[in-house]
This record gives sequence, C-alpha cells and structure tokens, in this order.
Amino acid sequence: MIPLNHYLILSAILFAIGTTGVFLRRNLITMLLSVEIMLNAVNLTFVAVGRYLGTVDGQIITFFVMTVAAAEAAVGLALVISLFRHRETLNPDAFSSLKW
Amino acid sequence: MDASAIAFYIFAAITVVASLGVVGQRNPMYSVMLLITSFGALAGLYVLLDAPFTAVTQIIIYAGAIMVLFLFVVMLLNVPREEPAPSGVLAALGPRGMQAATVLSLVLGLEIVWALSKVNRGWFAQDAAATSVSSVTLIGTTLFTRHAFAFEATSILILVAMVGAVVIARRER
Repeated sequence: MIPLNHYLILSAILFAIGTTGVFLRRNLITMLLSVEIMLNAVNLTFVAVGRYLGTVDGQIITFFVMTVAAAEAAVGLALVISLFRHRETLNPDAFSSLKW
Repeated sequence: MDASAIAFYIFAAITVVASLGVVGQRNPMYSVMLLITSFGALAGLYVLLDAPFTAVTQIIIYAGAIMVLFLFVVMLLNVPREEPAPSGVLAALGPRGMQAATVLSLVLGLEIVWALSKVNRGWFAQDAAATSVSSVTLIGTTLFTRHAFAFEATSILILVAMVGAVVIARRER
C-alpha cells in the first residue's frame, strides 16, 4: 500500500501548480482553471487522509467541495462573460476601473 | 513494487504533467482538455484509495459538468489565445511583479511539500491496515444523518448560485 505521505506530497505539488497558475496567467479562464486544480489538490488530501483514518468523512467533505466548486464555476464564468462583454478582453489587468 | 504502486505513480505523473500543461498552455481550449485529463487521472487515484463513489462523482461532476461549462464559455467568448508574451523564458515572465510571483509560488510549493512530508504516520492510529470504507451505503447514511444540515445548506447555495449566474450573465437592455 502506498504510504500516506506520497498522496500528501502529490497534492502539495498540485496545489503549488494551481497557485502558480493564478499568479502567472493573464487570462481569467485559465485563472479559474487553476483554482479548480487547487480545489482538486485539497480533495485528494481529504480522501487520502480519510482513507488512512478509516472513516468516510473525507469523501463526504470532498462531495461538498465539489458542490461548492460547481457553484463557484457557474458564478465565476457568468462574471467572465459579463466582463468580456464590457471590455472585449479576458486580461484581468484591463479591469481596473475600481482602482485609484 | 506491486501493481497498485505502479498505478499510483502513473496516475500521479499524468495528473502533474497535465496540470503543468494547463498552466503553461496559451490556448484556453487546450487548457480545459488537459484539465479533464488531469481529473481523469485523479479519479484513478481515488479508486486506488478505495473511494469508487468519489471517483465516479469526480468524473460525472468535474469532468462532465464543470469542465463542459468551461468549454462552453471558451467557445462562446471565442478568444483563442491571450496576448503573446515576448520570447525567452525570463522575458516571458514579464515585469518584475511576475518574477516575484514565480519565486513566491515556487517557495510556497517547496514549503507545503516539506511540511506535508513531515506528517507523522503515528498520528494515524490505523495506518496501512485501516479498514477500507468504500461502501456507498455508509456514505449515504452519514451524509443524510450527521451532515444533513450541511447537505440542505448546499442545496440553497446551489439555488442562489444558479439565480446569481443567470442574473449576472444576462444582457441588460
């Protein structure tokens, strides 16, 4: 059986990749995709720890995270469409009218 | 090395490479496709963790519903690629802020890997020999008894998100 640490390190790598994406990419859709990678890294941690504790709670929290991710994707993409309609670009640097 | 270890490393490699592709890819369409690949490999990892229910929901909800939503928006907006970055690895990182972000996220990654690799296996009393809990019946019973309130709250959240998405994306006249 694979040691728990392997799963934790894998999810740490995935989380760091997601963070890098949010920091580096200048495209709203790719940034949202990077957030999904981070959510999945956390899901993997929950399931792995739940498995090694012998409880079902990890999978249930994962279920809730998926639901929240679906809601987040729906609202986030609606915002993206609405922003694109106003500025004709997906570059987050273009949406700065609230800055001063 | 037994079969499950080999499967773990294969799935882990697919997930990491596909996720790197998502971040490195300039065309959002390819990014979404690579992310679906990554989610498929993650579902394989869930199967290895004796969590077939989570694996199936991963495929149906994530790869099936959420990613199709993303794909739909990518096609709807029809922006094939973001503005090209200047060539060269360092130049591609753009202004100094981007370089700082790269360094910071690398440091963050090393930090989490270091912290998680120190997790003491003694904390998990039943390690390796833990009884496998893959029963969907057990998940359902726990979900609708101990977590019933959270479940109902989730349904309200979904309703609010749905109404919000329709209102936000509607074209005002």
